[in-house]
Amino acid sequence: MGYRKVAIVGAGITKFVRRAEETGPEMAYLASKMALDQAGLKLKDVEMITLGTAPDAFDGVHMKGEYLLSGAGGNGKQYIRNFVGGGTGVFAPIHGWMHVASGACDVCLVVCSEKMSSCHPHPQGAFLTIFDHTTEQPLKPTLIWIFALEMRRYMETYGLTKADIARVAVKNKNNALDHPSSQVADTVTLEDVLNSEVLAEPVHRLDISPASDGAAAMVLVSEHVAKRLTDKPVWIDGVGWNLDTAYWATKDLYYPRYVEKAARMAYEMAGITEPHKQIQVAEPYDPFDYKELHHLEGLLLCERGDAARLTAEGYTARTGNLPVCPSGGALGVGNPIAATGLMKVIEIFLQLREEAGKRQVPGKPRVGLAQAWGDLMQVGTVIVLRR
Amino acid sequence: MKIEKVPMKGLTSEEYEKALKISWKPKLQYAWDNGIAIGKYLQGLKEGKLLASCCNRCGRIMLPVRSFCELCWRPTDGEIAVNDTGVVNTFAICHVNWDASRLKPDEPRHIPAVIEIDGASKGQGIMHVLGNVDPAKVKIGMKVKAVWKPVAERVGSIDDIRFFEPY
Ligand SMILES: [Zn+2]
Repeated sequence: MGYRKVAIVGAGITKFVRRAEETGPEMAYLASKMALDQAGLKLKDVEMITLGTAPDAFDGVHMKGEYLLSGAGGNGKQYIRNFVGGGTGVFAPIHGWMHVASGACDVCLVVCSEKMSSCHPHPQGAFLTIFDHTTEQPLKPTLIWIFALEMRRYMETYGLTKADIARVAVKNKNNALDHPSSQVADTVTLEDVLNSEVLAEPVHRLDISPASDGAAAMVLVSEHVAKRLTDKPVWIDGVGWNLDTAYWATKDLYYPRYVEKAARMAYEMAGITEPHKQIQVAEPYDPFDYKELHHLEGLLLCERGDAARLTAEGYTARTGNLPVCPSGGALGVGNPIAATGLMKVIEIFLQLREEAGKRQVPGKPRVGLAQAWGDLMQVGTVIVLRR
Repeated sequence: MKIEKVPMKGLTSEEYEKALKISWKPKLQYAWDNGIAIGKYLQGLKEGKLLASCCNRCGRIMLPVRSFCELCWRPTDGEIAVNDTGVVNTFAICHVNWDASRLKPDEPRHIPAVIEIDGASKGQGIMHVLGNVDPAKVKIGMKVKAVWKPVAERVGSIDDIRFFEPY
């Protein structure tokens, strides 16, 4: 299609924590340095940088892209911030891919850094302004409202119970026990999730990922550079993104069509015709447990309404036919918005290189996928990797 | 592979309290213009009517009022009043406030809902809240009707409708 091949040759990540002592730029530096060290590169080798970070209201810093610039190594370079809400973490490597695939540069550093704890006591209040200021904000909504509304619509459409949904939280929080970055890994049981505090029926406390601080980074290079640096490149085979209307209440919430459109774009680019057979490991975005199921269906990795059954049968376990969120996901590792999406792409990178340690899925996977989602239930971002 | 040795440790609540930090409570004020379309929508609410836009190309009757049809990418063809009744598409029973603080046990629960408005195209819903109903009795598919504020109290706002109640 006229694109140059793009390889991932290095990745870095910090711990995800409730409150970091480090600032946003300090976290960006830690992750970026680790990624460059792994790639065997110096900052002077980096030509362009793309930085993903969520709304400025979390940090209370205007022009957050510029604020994070130095930590992300952007001084005096072609540096730009990208942003599509919660979809940012997977859009950031897509944006980096554009830089390299187009021939604009050979080495691009992708950085995502998020400090949600600055907004206290809880960043939830910062979400108020994502709602329409005239037709919705006077109703004093919380972000949990719309997830509870979407979750109930999904459950009602397919006759699912809260236990069907909660199994995702159990799987991911337990998977995260093996992730060195994890914030809320736990040996929780189904009972624990179902008995946790009800926030907005049907959503309970343990159905939700936490607010987090953390950063992640990744080095993307062109084919000839990749061959010089490593004998284990992981290739970006397909990218896709799609945005649906902000009139979110006018679309049926049981199915994320925008995720399907993003996935179809990525699959076409990657030559994937039967995703449920060809994708061998997946990291869909799971800020809430039902979202993993919703997204598996939107990604065409299973039939509509079937994701809960497959989860209950162990199909999506680390040792199942299609391991889903072997990292532990946002529910277990934590959810520093943009950094979460990039953590997921890094997990697929490590899985395909068979460097995921205790989290390694069996079967030497060759093709994997990561996906993120965001804003008013309207953003889908998808990336397909191959070794 | 250094990812297995990730940096940072995070602060405990005690450490966070002791850590040196600067705090700021912003006092920002904004005045958001209603715009052409939503201005008409709010004027309708003040008059006790729910207005919807029509698009003669795709044939949709859309809520809320909009200046252009986002699918056809052309100006809409005027507004009509639709019913102030609808069907619950989905709902939640919320125990927390917008800032994540918890409701007190004796405070009424918030019941946000997506309500598909009768007379608009299928699926055209708005977000509002339900009231005057036992939370345990709310069902998807329930028929609800707007409960308006008295005329003298209406200001041209979405909460000129106090809530929707079953009828
Ligand atoms: Zn139209």
